[in-house]
Amino acid sequence: MAMFSQNPIMNGPSYSFNDAPRVNGPEGARQHRFDPYTDNGGSTLAIAGADFTIMAGDTRLTSGYSINSRHHPKLFKIGGTTADQKDATIVLSVVGFMADGEALKERLDTICKMYRYRHGKPMSVKACAQRLSTILYQKRFFPYYAYAILGGLDEEGKGAVYSYDPVGSYEREQCRAGGAAASLIMPFLDNQVNFKNQYEPGSGEGHALQEVARRPLTRNEVETLVKDAFDGAVERHIEVGDGLQMMVITSTGIEEILLPLKKD
Amino acid sequence: MDHRPQAWGRPRDDVYGAYDASYLQNSGPKTVTQSPVVTGTSVIAIKFNEGVVIAADNLASYGSLARFTDVKRLRVFLDSSVVGFGGDVSDMQFLDRHLNELAIDEAYDAAEPTPETPTSPGTLNAANLHKYLQKLMYRRRNDFDPLWNQILVAGLDAASKPFLASVDLRGTAFTSPSLATGFGSALAQPIMRKYAATEEDAARLTREQAVDVVKECMKVLFYRDARSLDKYSIAVVTKAGVELKENEQLERQSWAFAERIKGYGTQTV
Repeated sequence: MAMFSQNPIMNGPSYSFNDAPRVNGPEGARQHRFDPYTDNGGSTLAIAGADFTIMAGDTRLTSGYSINSRHHPKLFKIGGTTADQKDATIVLSVVGFMADGEALKERLDTICKMYRYRHGKPMSVKACAQRLSTILYQKRFFPYYAYAILGGLDEEGKGAVYSYDPVGSYEREQCRAGGAAASLIMPFLDNQVNFKNQYEPGSGEGHALQEVARRPLTRNEVETLVKDAFDGAVERHIEVGDGLQMMVITSTGIEEILLPLKKD
Repeated sequence: MDHRPQAWGRPRDDVYGAYDASYLQNSGPKTVTQSPVVTGTSVIAIKFNEGVVIAADNLASYGSLARFTDVKRLRVFLDSSVVGFGGDVSDMQFLDRHLNELAIDEAYDAAEPTPETPTSPGTLNAANLHKYLQKLMYRRRNDFDPLWNQILVAGLDAASKPFLASVDLRGTAFTSPSLATGFGSALAQPIMRKYAATEEDAARLTREQAVDVVKECMKVLFYRDARSLDKYSIAVVTKAGVELKENEQLERQSWAFAERIKGYGTQTV
């Protein structure tokens, strides 16, 4: 009798170690000490102009206090016809956990390419921006730990910048800084791009103060702002440095610029 | 004779009693690798003008116990790339079996090698292999079943330029002129960066210089990493193929500095 105690008919299914029945916990529920996330540092920045968008990011990749790589780009051209992305019109920047960021980039790129083949035209930034939000939200309960910024030119040819949180909330903005030094760069951008807290000298006191008139910045002004923002961030944040990668998106294509930053 | 296959190969209940199933975890979530058990320490590698040098010692530790002293942690892939494993040794062995299968499948598809192209263009180069491993590691981390390794891949890319890249248990991948895992990232990487801070520096380095730097770094690691061994493997990957030596001994060690170390700080007694 005891010999047949492993018989499924008499005692229930118990003959495979792997198939040991789980009484508690829903099917597939897992609980571990393993932390699937890290922060790889770095910072990104995007500014929209009247007929251009400039995206920028540093090229340092860190984990903890170690520098893993001094040249690891955070900016990616999205949705070109081929792998070299020669005819791409959209740029994605990701910062946070780079393995997630790069997985996100590859998914968005694949989707944009499929759109191009199916419809015979490149995806608009507006459509791409909505799709990116959907991709992020689909992983709402195991998110891509990446702060994404999408840049390009809208249907009217104006610069467009869309910024995201890791679960897909997004918004079109004039400018946005992301990543480790976002809190250092963003106030600088508020002041310099959106002219916040800038008043006409001698225009009065208190409520009589007149704000400085807002105007779109030129490409040269924006490039200078980006360089200054990163030089400032490098000075005060240890996870930012090594190299500055910039992509300038205009109606004639995407120009890539690589500049040195402090390596300390 | 028991005719039921599910009972074959198991201790007979009438002789040994029924199996005490309480030893089996039959409630709660399924558990997978939650922490490494038998581990290998650093792997280090540096690029030079026509290839890559990579090294790792032959020790597998069980915590602080030097458990296995003849474990080869550098594995050759398709005679053209070398994979160096740090971290859990059983996960390394799993990956090694997996890569062997992959290599066999690849070899069937590949064209006959010629003297000009010892590795035919149809086969996976180091860059392809690294991408493959990155996808594999990232997939496993998404399944909450990570392979607890940090891996260096050394070889040549599609343009036959030296290629060196890293991937870890979370699927984070990156490249650099020199790379080191574990303790090596703190002890060896600063030394290697003196010789190859940029890709241009690495392209000026000769094979002899690169081998010397790596050997020097292995010595520094043995001096200061308590989970290391003076027996190590070293491989040089070039267009000509892989030269792997698996039983190297650290040479010209000097422990003269050791007797000057008394306690901590500036103690002189």
